[in-house]
Amino acid sequence: MASVEMRNIVKKYGDGYPAVNDVSLDIADGEFMILVGPSGCGKSTLLRMVVGLEDITSGDMIIGGKRVNDLAPRERNLAMVFQNYALYPHLTVFENIAFPLRLQKVPDDEVRRRVNEAAEVLELKEHLERKPANLSGGQRQRVAMGRAIVRDAEVFLFDEPLSNLDAKLRGQMRTEIARLQRRLGITTIYVTHDQTEAMTLGDRVCVLRKGVVQQVASPRELYEQPANLFVAGFIGSPPMNFLPASVSGGRVRFPFGEFTLDERRAAAVGDRDLVLVGVRPEYFEDAKLVDDAKRDRGITFTARVDVTEWLGDAQFAYIPFEAPEEIVNQLRDLSRELDSDQLRTQAVVSIDASSRMREGHEAEFWMDTRKVHVFDPKTGENLTRDAEAGAELTRMAAEEREAQVAEARGAAAAAS
Amino acid sequence: MSTMSTREKTWWIIAGIAIVIYALFPIAWIVSLSLKAPADISNGQFLPTIFTWENYELILAGDAAELFLPALVNSFGICLIATALACILSMFAAYAIARLDFPGKKIILSTALAVAIFPVISIVTPLFNLWRQIGLYDTWPGLIIPYLSLTLPISIWTMSAFFREIPWEMEQAAQVDGATSWQAFRKVIVPLAAPGVFTTAIIAFFLAWNDFVYGISLTSTSAARPVPAALGLFSGASQFEDPTGAIAAAAVIVTIPVIILVLLFQRRIVAGLTNGAVKG
Repeated sequence: MASVEMRNIVKKYGDGYPAVNDVSLDIADGEFMILVGPSGCGKSTLLRMVVGLEDITSGDMIIGGKRVNDLAPRERNLAMVFQNYALYPHLTVFENIAFPLRLQKVPDDEVRRRVNEAAEVLELKEHLERKPANLSGGQRQRVAMGRAIVRDAEVFLFDEPLSNLDAKLRGQMRTEIARLQRRLGITTIYVTHDQTEAMTLGDRVCVLRKGVVQQVASPRELYEQPANLFVAGFIGSPPMNFLPASVSGGRVRFPFGEFTLDERRAAAVGDRDLVLVGVRPEYFEDAKLVDDAKRDRGITFTARVDVTEWLGDAQFAYIPFEAPEEIVNQLRDLSRELDSDQLRTQAVVSIDASSRMREGHEAEFWMDTRKVHVFDPKTGENLTRDAEAGAELTRMAAEEREAQVAEARGAAAAAS
Repeated sequence: MSTMSTREKTWWIIAGIAIVIYALFPIAWIVSLSLKAPADISNGQFLPTIFTWENYELILAGDAAELFLPALVNSFGICLIATALACILSMFAAYAIARLDFPGKKIILSTALAVAIFPVISIVTPLFNLWRQIGLYDTWPGLIIPYLSLTLPISIWTMSAFFREIPWEMEQAAQVDGATSWQAFRKVIVPLAAPGVFTTAIIAFFLAWNDFVYGISLTSTSAARPVPAALGLFSGASQFEDPTGAIAAAAVIVTIPVIILVLLFQRRIVAGLTNGAVKG
């Protein structure tokens, strides 16, 4: 078990393109860190630099207080689960899991004990004599994890481990990984492009864009206090709505009406002709169904509903809006970069499932204005980000994690 | 295949049988010839009038045994050594070609191809002179070395194709698990490439086994003469009699190891060992 520190890590390929650009990241001992971003953001490259499969162009990679830049993968004592598992097809499940131990020349009965232990944890006991070709996807995934946990590795590395599983299995394995990590309390770096995995698994999440770190924070902070347009658009599903607006004297004018920012946010934004207002879908509600107690905290407006989607437990409505051309183009670029393909400028709003709003008709909506963020459309910067509140959220998450790790280690100590 | 109609199926079966007959007829003929007595050879019939082991006796125990048996030993020894060397050398070469990025990779591959298609007959005369001068003429190494020039290029080509098929992650996983490059190669890559190695070995063995030009030109005694060359030196009981029966019998014997090899290893050749290595 060890901490991982990255100092100004740069990876340049032959053509000079920086796949990873000046990344500095501290991962505490026992922490579960997620690297997330759209495809091509450099997250896998960064992971492969940690494990040593990719050379580091410049910067320092420090694992457990030791600089490992020039060490071969086998000298770093890390365990990695590959995207396609990379099981050895000619070996049985037992020998697959035992492989790292065999290389360390661990005595036979010790190997048997530890492999059986790992198989117990992963419920692979009855499959030990089978070949990987005869296993299901989820079982192969567990064998790959078995190979990682069987040795006392300093850090676990996961490279999109669940992307080859179907949705149902993915959910199961996600909880499995979370449980395992909490139980073993081992520092973990987990690469994914799936934001559900990022939000549910990570103690902290590092959002990458084109090789540059956008924000490193707990999932809650990312959601509540995103640093910029990119993070705000990437985290959350359906994604945050961005609406063009102008601000003067704390009064925001946007396609659906006007509202006033509180003092702190008004001061932070100042007067601007063009900003983007970021509103999460769940800040909206069908005006008829809003609690009277809550009604004062937002504004109501009427708009034409284009389409509604009823999902049983939730309902989404799509409201088209007009926007200046530059904003339309910018939003299109952003959604392309986020691997989504939003074609028109429309707001996605989440309304109560019992709402009987009708498609193609005007309807009255209510919008909670307290948590609205205001972004600078040129730089993408979040003008209303409350750094203190965000830091508080992350601090709370860190405390929670420390308690969990201490508990896990206490339990492990008691068991042995 | 379930969508195939009965009519189509019949046609496939008929075509298959036709091809098999076409391919196996010469072999059947050789077998039949080898079982004919000398007087029977030109009787114009496919089957011998009396089945006789006379020809086999002649080459295995009779007059021709002196010529044939040492040649058989030579052929086996020389071909096996040439195959083993070719496999080991080409395994390293192919691994490097498939995995590493180094200048001259293309040149190595195209040179190998050039060597493979280079006509043997054009280098046999200079080689004959050279071998005589440096004392390799009529020795085992004197044949093993030119055989390597036959077997190596094709081995490198087939083997590098096999190595390319192996997911690179296998090796990276092994390295992360604590293996050195050599351990990763030996414990993961080689077992995975085993079907490729077998295929290559069999192809290489056939190439060496079937060679005639080097065999007849670079040997003069039973010290190194391989079977194909020895067959050409058979003579009849008198100068008016062709040794057809004996040659046919020897040809049958020479074919047997090849058939056994293929039957033995066809499973391994076909087996896709990498199945299940990655997602399924």
